[in-house]
Amino acid sequence: MPGSTLTRLQESFPEAILGTHSRLGEDTAILKPEALRRVARFLKEDPRLRFDFLMDLTAVDHWKRKPRFELVCHLYSRSNNARLRLKAPLGGASPEAPSLTSLWPAADWYEREVFDMFGIRFRGHPDLRRILMYREFQGHPLRKDYPIDKRQPLVGPKD
Amino acid sequence: MTETTRTMLLNAGPAHPAMHGVIRIELGLDGEVIRQADVEIGYLHRGFEKHCEASSYTQCFPYTDRLNYVSPLINNFAFAAGVEKLMGLEVPERCQYIRVLMSEISRICDHLTCIGASAMELGAFSVFLYMIKAREWLWELVEEVTGARLTVSYGRIGGVKADLTADFAERCREVTSKVSEVLGEVDELLTRNRIFYDRMRGVGVISAESAVAYGITGPFLRSTGVDYDVRKASPYFVYDRMDFDVPVGGQGDNMDRYLVRMEEMRQSLRIVEQCLEQMPEGPTNVDPDGKLIAPDLMADLGKFGKTRGLLSNEVLIEPTLQGSEKRFHDRVYAADKASRLPAKEQVYSNIEALMNHFKIVMMGHGIRPPRGEVYFPMEGANGELAFYIVSDGSDRPWRVRCHPPCFPIMAALSSILEGDQMADIIPTFGSVNMIAGELDR
Amino acid sequence: MEVDFKGTPELGFFASRLDDVVGWARQYSIFQYPFVTACCGMEYMATACAHYDVDRFGAGLPRFSPRQADVLFVVGTISQKIAPVLVNVYQQMCAPKWVVAFGVCTCTGGFYDNYATVRGIDHVIPVDVYIPGCPPRPETVLQGLMMLQEKIRKEKQEL
Ligand code: SF4
Repeated sequence: MPGSTLTRLQESFPEAILGTHSRLGEDTAILKPEALRRVARFLKEDPRLRFDFLMDLTAVDHWKRKPRFELVCHLYSRSNNARLRLKAPLGGASPEAPSLTSLWPAADWYEREVFDMFGIRFRGHPDLRRILMYREFQGHPLRKDYPIDKRQPLVGPKD
Repeated sequence: MTETTRTMLLNAGPAHPAMHGVIRIELGLDGEVIRQADVEIGYLHRGFEKHCEASSYTQCFPYTDRLNYVSPLINNFAFAAGVEKLMGLEVPERCQYIRVLMSEISRICDHLTCIGASAMELGAFSVFLYMIKAREWLWELVEEVTGARLTVSYGRIGGVKADLTADFAERCREVTSKVSEVLGEVDELLTRNRIFYDRMRGVGVISAESAVAYGITGPFLRSTGVDYDVRKASPYFVYDRMDFDVPVGGQGDNMDRYLVRMEEMRQSLRIVEQCLEQMPEGPTNVDPDGKLIAPDLMADLGKFGKTRGLLSNEVLIEPTLQGSEKRFHDRVYAADKASRLPAKEQVYSNIEALMNHFKIVMMGHGIRPPRGEVYFPMEGANGELAFYIVSDGSDRPWRVRCHPPCFPIMAALSSILEGDQMADIIPTFGSVNMIAGELDR
Repeated sequence: MEVDFKGTPELGFFASRLDDVVGWARQYSIFQYPFVTACCGMEYMATACAHYDVDRFGAGLPRFSPRQADVLFVVGTISQKIAPVLVNVYQQMCAPKWVVAFGVCTCTGGFYDNYATVRGIDHVIPVDVYIPGCPPRPETVLQGLMMLQEKIRKEKQEL
C-alpha cells in the first residue's frame, strides 16, 4: 500500500526523517545521513516491512545546490511487494555516509562504485577502493565538475 | 619432515580464453581448490551515465543499446518507459504489445547466447553453433522491424520507431517454430549429457538467502527457488494479460540456472505467440499534438479538486500560482507532451512539422520532462534492469543511473567460487552471463 | 590464380618468386586472436559461426594465446583501463603480425568520446585494416578480412 511504509517510518523515527513523499507513486523518505544505517536496519528487520532487497545504491551530484550530494537507495520488500527510496543529503568538502555493508553484502560493490564515481566515503566499509576506474585515476568522473573528455591515459599519447 | 603449503596466486583475465568479456579474477589457489577470489571489473567502463547527462533524452537511446548488447531492445524500452512515467505519458496499446513482443524476442536471444557460449566453453561446440544459428534467425526478424541487427535504438519516448512489418506475424511464427525445434535439439544434446551434467550439477551453488542479501535477481535468483520476477511482481506494459509461468530451480547451482533459462525461453515463445494473437491495430506512438497545462488552468483544476495528476509532479512556482509567464511552464508540467518526431515526409513538406521536428531535436528545446525522479524496474534478461532518472526540467537528464542486473551477481561471484575447483570457474562464470557493457557501463 | 606460377607442371616443376608463394600461403592461414571486449563481440560471434563462416577464408580457427596467433582482432571499445593489456597482448605476438580494428570504437573511439575510452587503438598499437560500423555487419567484416588477405599477400614477406 503506497504511503503506509512512510507513515510507519515517520512514527518510528520522527527525528531522523527530513521529509517524505510519494510522487509518481514511488515512496520516498529523506533521512539524515547519520540515521541511515539505523533506519535501514529497522526497515530490513521489522517483521511487517521486511525490506530484504537492497536493489540499488547510488548518488546524485546536485552541484551548486547545498548540500551538494544525495545518496539514493532503492529497497524492495518481497513479502509486501513494496518499494522504497531512501535519500540522504550529504554535504561538505569530503562527504561521508555510514556504510550499509553490515546489513546487505550487496552494498559492498555499490558503495565502492559511489566512492569511485563521486568520491563519497563510507564509514565502516571493509575495502573502499576504486572499482570501475583504475588506481592511477585522479578525481571522480561523475561529479558535475569533472569534464567529460578529460582523459588520463595509462599508455599512448597523453591527450 | 613437515609439509608446508602456500596458496598460489593466479591471474585469470582480463584477456583469458574462457572469460568472454573483460574481467580479471585474482585467484588464490590451494592445488586446484580456490581459496580466495578477487574479482576486478571496470575494463569496459565507457562513461554511459556521464554521457547521458551530456545528451538530450532522445540521444540517450543509442547508449542504452550498448548496455546489455545481447538484449538491447529491453534496455531501450526500460529507458523509454522511465521517461514516459516521468512525463505522465501512456503509450498506445499496440505499442505496449510490440514492446512486450520485442522484449521477449530479445530475451530469447540473450539466453541463447548465454547457454551457447557456456556450453561451448565446456566443449559442446555444436550447441554453440546451433544456438547462434537460432539467434541469427531472430536477429533477421529484428532487423526487418528495426533496421539493425544489434544496436537497434528501436525504442522512442512515447512509442517505438516503426510499426511491425506487414507480414511480421507470419514470419515470426515461422522463426519461432524453428527456434523451438533448436531448443529441443539442444535439450537432447545437453540436459542428459553426462559430461555436461557432472560439470554443472552441484557447482557454483548459492543459497537463496545469500542471493537475496546480494540483491541478485533474474534467472540467477530464480534458480535458488525464489520466484521473484518483475513481470509478475509489478507488471508493466501488458504483461498482466500474458499467461506464462516463472520457472524456478531448487538448488541454486549451474544446472538449475541452465534449466531455468531453457524453460524461460519456452515461456517467452509462449508470450510471443500470445502477443501475436492479441495485438490490436492502432497507432504505435503517442499523439504527436501535445497539450500544455498552463499554470492558471492548473490552479483551476486544483480548485475543482482535480489534483490527482498534478500532485505527482514537483511544482516550483509562486504560491499564488499566477505565474503564467512562459518561463514557468516547464516547471509546472511537461511543457509539451509532444515527444514523437513527425514523419520525415511531413518535415520536408510543411512548416508545422518542420518546427515540431526542430523543437524536439534541437539542443535547448527537446523533450522536457518535469522536475522529478523516477525508478522504473523491468525484467531484463539477467534480472531487474532499472533506470533511475533525475530530471531538472531541462532537455537533458540531470542524472541517469542504470541498475545493471549482473552487477550484484558479479559482486557475489567471489563468494560463490571459493571452495570450488579451478575448472569450475568456467561453467559458473558462464552461467552468470556477465555482459561487460551493462556491468561496467 | 593470384600467384604467378611459371614452369611445366607436367614435369612436376614450377618457379615463382618466394615472396609470392609465402604470401599466398600466409594469406590462407590466418590464426586470429580475438581481443573481444564489447558489443562488437556479438557480431564477431555471428561472423565466426556457421551462418557467415569465416572458415572459407582460412581464418576459422581462433587461437586464444597471443603467441600462437598472427592476426589480432581488436573487437569492441578499448577503455583506458584495458589499453595496457592490449599493448601487452600485441607485444606478445610473434612477427609477422597484423592488427584489425573491428568496429568504429576501435577505429576512432566511436561515439564514446569521454574520459574512459581510447580514441582509436592506433593511439597505442599499429593497425592494418579498419572495419567501420557500429557494429560492422558480417558482410563488412568479410570484406575487411579479404582486404587483409590481399595486404598479406602483397607485402614483402619476412622469413
Ligand atoms: S563500435 Fe559500436 S558496437 Fe562496436 S564496440 Fe563500439 S559501440 Fe559497441
